[in-house]
Amino acid sequence: MHPAFSVIFLTTLIGAGQGLFLALYTGQLYSLANLLPVQSDHFYSLGSLAALALLIGGLVASIFHLGRPERAWRAATQWRTSWLSREVIVLPAAMGLIFFYGLFHYLGWTDPLFVISQTLPVDITLIIGALGTLATFLLFLCTAMIYASLRFIKAWHSPLTVANFLFLGVASGFMLAAAFSAYLGINLVAFYGTWAVIATLLGAITRGISLYRNTRFRCKVDLKSAIGVHHSDLHQKAQGFMGGSFNTREFFHGKSDGFLRAVRYGFLLMVFVLPVVLIVLAYVLESARLPMVAFAIQYLGLVLERYHFFTEAKHPQNLYYQSMA
Amino acid sequence: MTQLALVIDLNVCVGCHACVTSCKEWNTSGWAGPMTDQRAYDEDPTGTFFNRVQTYEAGVFPHTETYHFPKSCLHCEDPPCVPVCPTGASYKREDNGVVLVDYDKCIGCKYCSWACPYGAREIDEKQRVMKKCTLCIDRITDMTLPESQRKPACVLACPTNARLFGDVHDPNSVVSVAIREEGGYPLQPEWGTKPANHYLPRRKTRIQIHEDELVRADNPLKKEQLPSLPEGGETLDDVAW
Repeated sequence: MHPAFSVIFLTTLIGAGQGLFLALYTGQLYSLANLLPVQSDHFYSLGSLAALALLIGGLVASIFHLGRPERAWRAATQWRTSWLSREVIVLPAAMGLIFFYGLFHYLGWTDPLFVISQTLPVDITLIIGALGTLATFLLFLCTAMIYASLRFIKAWHSPLTVANFLFLGVASGFMLAAAFSAYLGINLVAFYGTWAVIATLLGAITRGISLYRNTRFRCKVDLKSAIGVHHSDLHQKAQGFMGGSFNTREFFHGKSDGFLRAVRYGFLLMVFVLPVVLIVLAYVLESARLPMVAFAIQYLGLVLERYHFFTEAKHPQNLYYQSMA
Repeated sequence: MTQLALVIDLNVCVGCHACVTSCKEWNTSGWAGPMTDQRAYDEDPTGTFFNRVQTYEAGVFPHTETYHFPKSCLHCEDPPCVPVCPTGASYKREDNGVVLVDYDKCIGCKYCSWACPYGAREIDEKQRVMKKCTLCIDRITDMTLPESQRKPACVLACPTNARLFGDVHDPNSVVSVAIREEGGYPLQPEWGTKPANHYLPRRKTRIQIHEDELVRADNPLKKEQLPSLPEGGETLDDVAW
């Protein structure tokens, strides 16, 4: 498939935004359980603003993918059958919940509404945050299922796609939370950094398996089945046109194996190796800059990863466009 | 339920592209707006088509067989492009099974083209919506046309009658008979999309005649050996009245 930069930025930006929100809420839960010091509302509201900005950035990027963005509202209608439609519904829902989560923290509406078992004070941000967490996980599922549900594209048609989107999004979000804490000088870098490393390693496992899987399988159909001529020596002589068409542009990446190998090693290094090394170094050196560098490198690596994700996909329609005489 | 479809006979298709040009001519002039081209008379021309004719060759020269392969939307009975559409622009008509795009609802996200294993859909770069073969829905449903004209433009244009059109659910239709009796097959049946369009394979009609079938070597009556004519030619007595 031809890598679409609008979709690459959509999936990486919202992934980081969702992960950042999950990081904020995880921090709130930990402090509720007295495992972490309680943070100021300023921290949560500013963090939510950053997460919201990332989601909005992703939404803006997605507009460039559409031919007719003015009709995009129609995309919410087919949620019964289309994962894309479900994403179109869940994305604004998650944005709204994150907005109100940040807003209520900003307004300081954190007085407990009620107390469960005389130990767990529940305030409005805790409820909104729980709903936001649910929406965030649903959004990961919807985004990944857009690709994983296409059964003809075997490289994507796997639960690994969902796992990759989830772990890589969470990893970049927690990495950003670590960078954000370091920027504000809050002592949460080690906490977020640890979770970021765990998510990164989980992502390394699932992405590694999917990379390995995608180099080994064969497509279910071949040219014989595609045109129904069962001859062992079949060649294409003409495609029906001498110029290009949508079919030759949309479904081919046109990149050399060497280039793709460089992209592959590039993202493996930038997503999985360098950020982990940098965040560990940041812990050892107590540096405030290194977590930010770690996040920046991991995000750029994820852009490469998503680029590679598209080039891995071999569409069966390409059987009809193998050569031109 | 009716399922309209094409049956394309690869045995008689000569690859003349008449179906391609007639399709483009009819559909670009229709109510749904033009099928736009880019750089039509310049370097690297491209444009929107519903139908293409490709050419394949089997075997090694000089022992080759050439296949001209017209390729358009197959109007699957279980179309994978329809449920993925987020807006409902892509739909399958209940009454005749034709898979269509509502150009006024399409947002041009291209997701349906990703979901089609046949590459049957093409985006119109100018109108920025997805387009595909409509089986000339505006012709075949136009009751003001005489019945002989209520066929897709490609079918009417085909000079060798390689394209048959009809209801594949009616066992007595011309397409059902062709599929049943001439070995019609669907493309990429592995996916379970159940394409309504079928293709007829290359067929050769040859009879095997052996030498001994031409000469009646064991004729007991020796009928072939006519009696020799009498001297001086036939007389009136030699003729049986």
